[in-house]
Amino acid sequence: MATETPTLSKKDFQSDQEVRWCPGCGDYAILSAVQQVFPELGIPRERFVVVSGIGCSSRFPYYMNTFGFHSIHGRAPAVATGIKLARPELEVWIATGDGDAMSIGGNHFIHTLRRNVGVKVLMFNNRIYGLTKGQYSPTSELGKKTKSTPMGSVDYPFNPLSLALGSGATFVARTVDIFQAHQKEVLRQAAQHKGTAFVEIYQNCNIFNDKAYTYMTEKDVKDDNALYLEQGKPLVFGKNKDKGIRMRGTQMEVIQLGEGFTADDCVVWDATLDNPATAFLAAQLLPPDFPTALGVFRNVTVPTYEDMLTDQIHHETDRLGAGTLEKLLQGGDTWRVAEHGAAS
Amino acid sequence: MSTTVAEKEKREITLEKLDEVVIRFAGDSGDGMQLTGSQFTNTSALFGNDLSTLPDYPAEIRAPAGTIPGVSAFQVRIADYDIHTPGDAPDVLVAMNPAALKKELKDLKQNGVIIVNTDEFNQRNFIKANITGNPLEDHSLDAYRVFPVPLTTMTRRTLEGSGLDTKSMDRCKNMFALGMCYWMFSRPLDNTVTFLTQQFAKKPHLAEANIKVLKAGWNYCDITELFHERYEVPAADLEPGLYRNITGNVALALGLIAASRRSGLPLFLGAYPITPASDVLHELSQYKNFGVTTFQAEDEIAAVCSAIGASFGGALGTTVSSGPGIALKTEAMGLAVMVELPLIVCDIQRGGPSTGLPTKTEQADLFQVIFGRNSEAPMPVLAASSPKDCFDIALEAARIATKYMTPVVVLSDGYIANGSEPWRLPTVESLPDLRIEHHTKVEGFLPYQRHPETLARPWAIPGTPGLEHRIGGLEKEDVTGNVSYDPQNHDHMVRLRAEKVARIAKDVPPVVVHGDERGGLLVLGWGSTAGAVTGAVNAARRKGLAVSRAHLRHLNPFPANLGEVLSRFEKVLVPEMNLGQLAFLLRGHYLKDVISYNKVQGLPFTRQQILQKILEILEPNDHGH
Repeated sequence: MATETPTLSKKDFQSDQEVRWCPGCGDYAILSAVQQVFPELGIPRERFVVVSGIGCSSRFPYYMNTFGFHSIHGRAPAVATGIKLARPELEVWIATGDGDAMSIGGNHFIHTLRRNVGVKVLMFNNRIYGLTKGQYSPTSELGKKTKSTPMGSVDYPFNPLSLALGSGATFVARTVDIFQAHQKEVLRQAAQHKGTAFVEIYQNCNIFNDKAYTYMTEKDVKDDNALYLEQGKPLVFGKNKDKGIRMRGTQMEVIQLGEGFTADDCVVWDATLDNPATAFLAAQLLPPDFPTALGVFRNVTVPTYEDMLTDQIHHETDRLGAGTLEKLLQGGDTWRVAEHGAAS
Repeated sequence: MSTTVAEKEKREITLEKLDEVVIRFAGDSGDGMQLTGSQFTNTSALFGNDLSTLPDYPAEIRAPAGTIPGVSAFQVRIADYDIHTPGDAPDVLVAMNPAALKKELKDLKQNGVIIVNTDEFNQRNFIKANITGNPLEDHSLDAYRVFPVPLTTMTRRTLEGSGLDTKSMDRCKNMFALGMCYWMFSRPLDNTVTFLTQQFAKKPHLAEANIKVLKAGWNYCDITELFHERYEVPAADLEPGLYRNITGNVALALGLIAASRRSGLPLFLGAYPITPASDVLHELSQYKNFGVTTFQAEDEIAAVCSAIGASFGGALGTTVSSGPGIALKTEAMGLAVMVELPLIVCDIQRGGPSTGLPTKTEQADLFQVIFGRNSEAPMPVLAASSPKDCFDIALEAARIATKYMTPVVVLSDGYIANGSEPWRLPTVESLPDLRIEHHTKVEGFLPYQRHPETLARPWAIPGTPGLEHRIGGLEKEDVTGNVSYDPQNHDHMVRLRAEKVARIAKDVPPVVVHGDERGGLLVLGWGSTAGAVTGAVNAARRKGLAVSRAHLRHLNPFPANLGEVLSRFEKVLVPEMNLGQLAFLLRGHYLKDVISYNKVQGLPFTRQQILQKILEILEPNDHGH
């Protein structure tokens, strides 16, 4: 295996396949960000594996010039887990969507996070089923009118970050497709994380759920409606940096700075706390009463599943010696039958 | 208790030599009957008998004590010659309570021996077992030789002063019964003494108690006048070599490890607990020093998907389950067909449909594994014929999976998975060479470029520079593997995938006919019916009947000569523990009508049942209706 750090560029990660998302789809921006971040990581291209399930987002591997596996609906975390356990040295990234990860693949999603397998989960959340042409998804808002809910959805949505935190995820982040600089920074941090990294990416589906995030992406509103979580810094937001988030009792509330409050009254963000309670509160900051929090919610280090598994293999090999077929076949209670059929 | 020398001398104990004996241990599921039976088995194996076992236990961990559903039984047949089944009818029944007696009595041979624990024969237990009157007193057992023994009382008496509470004492009573059987069948105690010492290494007082009761059971027979006969089943004339007693599930696990070693591929098992397959997961989890990775997944789907992922990563990906779990894996098995990666899917069949009879045996998943996927998704299917064959079939599955780049199904069933027989350990050199080199050549690499003979695509794994490629469930363009919706390409690819699996027929051993090469009747078995078919056909031939037998281990594709073999016989009898699934396939493939003989009772065929059917076919005037 090559030891020198390869010099790679975005182009090295572009496959020869024509990208076939709808013109204007947010997926293009995510593809571009990933293709820019991968070459920065100093990892040989052949060590990347991109795994997906089913949905618009899941076409992602075909466009990445890495090893790739476009699996079946919801199962990408399970396939990825098998790859990572068989080959812990590989960089395994999952591209999934809100339907793929939260609905049909919900079980694999929570258990992968719980186990802390060293895979990255990029969940493109467009709050709609795009590939099947516009049914509501498990992240669609209550009352959503779609082809399958003409009178409005009567399903309460998941908060993906809360679900991830509740599953014990060790790295949880949120970013937005078109916020390229922010997205790339989040992806870099996810890449560095040991264990499962979950990144929710707000992604616009301009065909079936257009403008789902314009309340926080349009120029004139984005500063007031987006809150950036920055490690060690107070939670301050607004066009004029004049609003903040402070703790009141067990809840977070918005405060107007300058009116008896200063940045010192705000929560100082720390994603590395063992207790996920603050991260959970931040995940619940949602419009219309709150700005939407973006950035890294949780980033803690605990042993990964594959590390503990490898340790057991090493330990057992040290204890018993490397297994051989001879040993295998002669284990258990054996007896010998001699030439004349007598046992001894 | 003591017996004077004079009294002892009075007794005339005869030692009778038997060529075989069938013993069934039956009691409550908490009575330790599986352990008792397997100890008797292991001791007999070490003694040199040929043997075969049939555990039969309830699905409930502890069904209500004393009831019929709570009865757990273990049958073992030991012989001084080569046997193929655990025996049709027991010669000896050990019944630890009235429910066990009631449930198991119907199978006992006339004049068979019954050992009962009289302490349990009381009104309360009669009610629980739905018995009116005491069978020990109402002459309903007159056709048998009944030996009433107060097992519980004797056990408690043995352990007086041991410091154990009554409940703990009573747990030892199975050892009293075992000790009695050891005396009766002239077996040494040392194997079980060693076992108990190891089993209770951390609780030596329990080891001591169990050993004491075991010996007390032996001594009880030695000094009372209860029995006037002892029996001996001499060692069988087995092929020389090193042996161990093995169950199908353990053999399957060892076979998978052997396949991993012979192929040079690390073994990965993704599994979700399910009866009766979990023992394969348990067994493989112990072999970490062989580089075996076992992953207990969150569900059946994750289990198979993780195995597919591991295969993509270059490992020997395997998964093991039973019928309901295989149903859940179906979509992913289709994915494995599409991405053409090696994968071994083991289906330890049980009674169904749905949850069915989790602890009972059946062979009714054949259709499921051959046809149970959307669209044209051909997959090789193999079936193990006996506990020890589970070892060989795992190697055969790995050979086909890696040579042809295809998922392969291995069928076993509860009967051979839990049943055991002596296994002559193979030498390493005798195992097939399955060495595999992953594809590394960059020049001209195309993910769906096929081997001209096997039609296998190259196995290029992540981490190999220059071979970055994408696979997935969407239809592939021939050769390049790029996504393609082209109609002609799809038609071509469907046929290619079918042809690849069909070609395996020429690469598997031909069906071998035992007996006359042609004639009036062929009994064709598959899977676990092998033992009963062999026994029945041998018996029929001894009667002078012209009947032959053959056995199928490859169910898809069938061996190339099967059609020709069938054509040589006027009639073909196909016994199956389903409603005729193989028979249906044979009719479809060869336009050959066959006689389908079916049993779906959660129990294997007996030799006698198949023999009876053979007689009905060949001598209809004597046996037909």
